[in-house]
Amino acid sequence: MIWKIFLFLLLAFVSIAGIAFPIVEKPSAWYEFPFIPGLEENAKIIFFHVPTAWLTVIAFLMSTVFSFRYLRTKNLDEDAKAHSAAQLGMIFCILATVTGAVWAKFAWGQFWSWDPRQTSIFAILLIYGALFALRSSIESEDKRATLSAVYSLIAFVTVPFFIFIMPRIMKGLHPGSADDTNAGPVIDFKMNSSMQLIFFLSLIGFTILYFWMWRVGYKSIIIKDKLDKKIMNPITGQGG
Amino acid sequence: MIAESYALFKKDFHSELRTRYAINSLAMFIIVAISVILFSIGNETITESLTAGLFWVVIFFTAMSGLSRAFVSEEERGTTLTLQLIASPTTVFSGKLIFNLILVFCMNLVIALLYSALFEKFVVQNFPLFLLTFILGNIGLAVASTIIAAIIAKAGAKGTLYPVLSFPILLPLILTCVQLTLFSFDGTSFEEAQFELAIVVGYDVIMFTASYMLFDFIWKD
Repeated sequence: MIWKIFLFLLLAFVSIAGIAFPIVEKPSAWYEFPFIPGLEENAKIIFFHVPTAWLTVIAFLMSTVFSFRYLRTKNLDEDAKAHSAAQLGMIFCILATVTGAVWAKFAWGQFWSWDPRQTSIFAILLIYGALFALRSSIESEDKRATLSAVYSLIAFVTVPFFIFIMPRIMKGLHPGSADDTNAGPVIDFKMNSSMQLIFFLSLIGFTILYFWMWRVGYKSIIIKDKLDKKIMNPITGQGG
Repeated sequence: MIAESYALFKKDFHSELRTRYAINSLAMFIIVAISVILFSIGNETITESLTAGLFWVVIFFTAMSGLSRAFVSEEERGTTLTLQLIASPTTVFSGKLIFNLILVFCMNLVIALLYSALFEKFVVQNFPLFLLTFILGNIGLAVASTIIAAIIAKAGAKGTLYPVLSFPILLPLILTCVQLTLFSFDGTSFEEAQFELAIVVGYDVIMFTASYMLFDFIWKD
């Protein structure tokens, strides 16, 4: 319970600080953010855009790890964990795409310009969508778990290419691409310590939130499966 | 194992010759798709990059219309169990892969010939590069679509699901192949296209390995 209150306070602080702290030319007080040329006031969305994109990747990774574990153990609980991670990944992926598009509108001029980063997040969105389409098409539990585990593993061997390699080797507008003249990530060079603090607090807060949601998610899936079996097995009078 | 895979391929080949279902539907699909594109273009001249893109669009959708047959037909005829008894999963996958590879090569050869005849801007300056792209792209396409076809067949042969599942997996391959085809139109040298070629080779190798490792799980119920 205590850590839930802590998480609430942390995320409340991050939200308020991220939105309300002023951006000034020469930050002197601890709550002032530096003025980054090219980003200006738009820089504040970094506190929400980067954590969601980070969690998209974490969720994808976890979904793959638990899929792999399912294939080894054939334990349906592992599949519930993988599925729950994928569900959250989809939510965070949509959030990252939307916050990214909004940021792009103000920083690059239009919502969508097929920048390599945008292409890669779009591909992940498609993979999550395909995974859910596959899951919903299969009735049998074991078959559904096995096939979606195999699919997410196949997707995992092709997708890192999208997230990690392609955006860095192709010319693009997103920080970190090949022709980036701003000398690499914004986080290291352009932020002052207070901005970095809020940024990493936000990252930590969102990650804890994700793990909490993931635990609730997979437990509810497991309980739901148990209840379904109970209802569907009236002859014995006991749960399957 | 190679002999067994070959026997399995021959079985598929003969049953295909008997019905000619895949060949006929693929041929008709190619004609329909290209004529739709030609109608929509009309008298306009389209650019090289659009031609390269449309070339791979037709290849992608043709593959999606025909390649799922390999495993779906086994499920439809109820011969999956027999195959599971007489052959190891690796053998089955190899046999199906050979069949799909040959199908992909034939179909893409027809598409390439039709494109070079019908599209003004389909002029290949660097032919060896085009050939290499064509071969590597076809291998990647065949491997990825064979493993997805196996998943689809087990999922109850849902026709619409096939392109949905294949597209994200094939996206890296298709994007790079479009770029390489464009390079071959421009007459770019091998040195400049090195990086894209490495991606396609890497994709083929990864896909091939992953498919062989994961096919066991799909095949065994």
